Amino acid sequence: MAKAEEVRVGDRLPELVLAPIRRETLALFAGASGDHNPIHIDLDFARRAGMPDVFAHGMLSMAWLGRLLTDWAPQAQLRRFSVRFLGITHLGNAITCAGEVVETLEINGERCARLEISSRNQFGQTKIVGEALIALA
Amino acid sequence: MIDRSWIGRELGQAVLPIEAGRLKFFAKSIGEANPIYSDEAAARAAGYAALPAPPTFLFAASLDSGVVFQMLEEMQVPIGKILHGEQAFEYLAPIVAGDVITVRSKVSNIYDKKNGALEFIEIVQEAENQDGVRVAEIRNITVVRN
Repeated sequence: MAKAEEVRVGDRLPELVLAPIRRETLALFAGASGDHNPIHIDLDFARRAGMPDVFAHGMLSMAWLGRLLTDWAPQAQLRRFSVRFLGITHLGNAITCAGEVVETLEINGERCARLEISSRNQFGQTKIVGEALIALA
Repeated sequence: MIDRSWIGRELGQAVLPIEAGRLKFFAKSIGEANPIYSDEAAARAAGYAALPAPPTFLFAASLDSGVVFQMLEEMQVPIGKILHGEQAFEYLAPIVAGDVITVRSKVSNIYDKKNGALEFIEIVQEAENQDGVRVAEIRNITVVRN
């Protein structure tokens, strides 16, 4: 957990390393997340839509980035969390989530850390980039 | 091409009860092992009134209302042709099990790139709880592969 007085620009968050994505991962996430788009769970549908196979929900990877953040600081301190999806995350991809403090600043009288965050697969391909703002209580 | 008269249009209002069982299922599905997301006693010990909704849960819950999928259908965008482009949350107050969240959604922009090969639908959402407290602002960009 981040201690406010110890947080410095350049600090890296402990990486979150995930197991390779399986079909089961996507089936569970479809149900739990309410994203029932068959492109993520039905191979026949995915092929008809021109994709070689089903692929992961972007929001699954964003949820993993959320875990990276809440492992580092309590969720109650999270102020903003935004991402851009750069590429499709495929079955078998083993995702690593990373983050770094790039700025400390004051917003609405609160000392905050601005973090750059990203997720990449085992081949080093970046799948998501984003930012988070975390209050340093 | 998506009819640009959609820009500025309000989508239906969604009312989303935040259920403890659903939160536990969500935590399991993302491999979240921190007990504050699955054990009420641990959540209360950590200062939450009940199980907290993880940071991205609201997106999940808002899909339940069907307003976005209904919009895509009315826009005649095939569901097999969409990708998630961007997603942003601003958190204003905690969301915990037992809350009833109302989400209001609006199409804030539609634009295209690569001579229309890709279209982008931007939606902004405001969420408030049963006490009228604003809990989150959300921005979403869906990409359509034409």
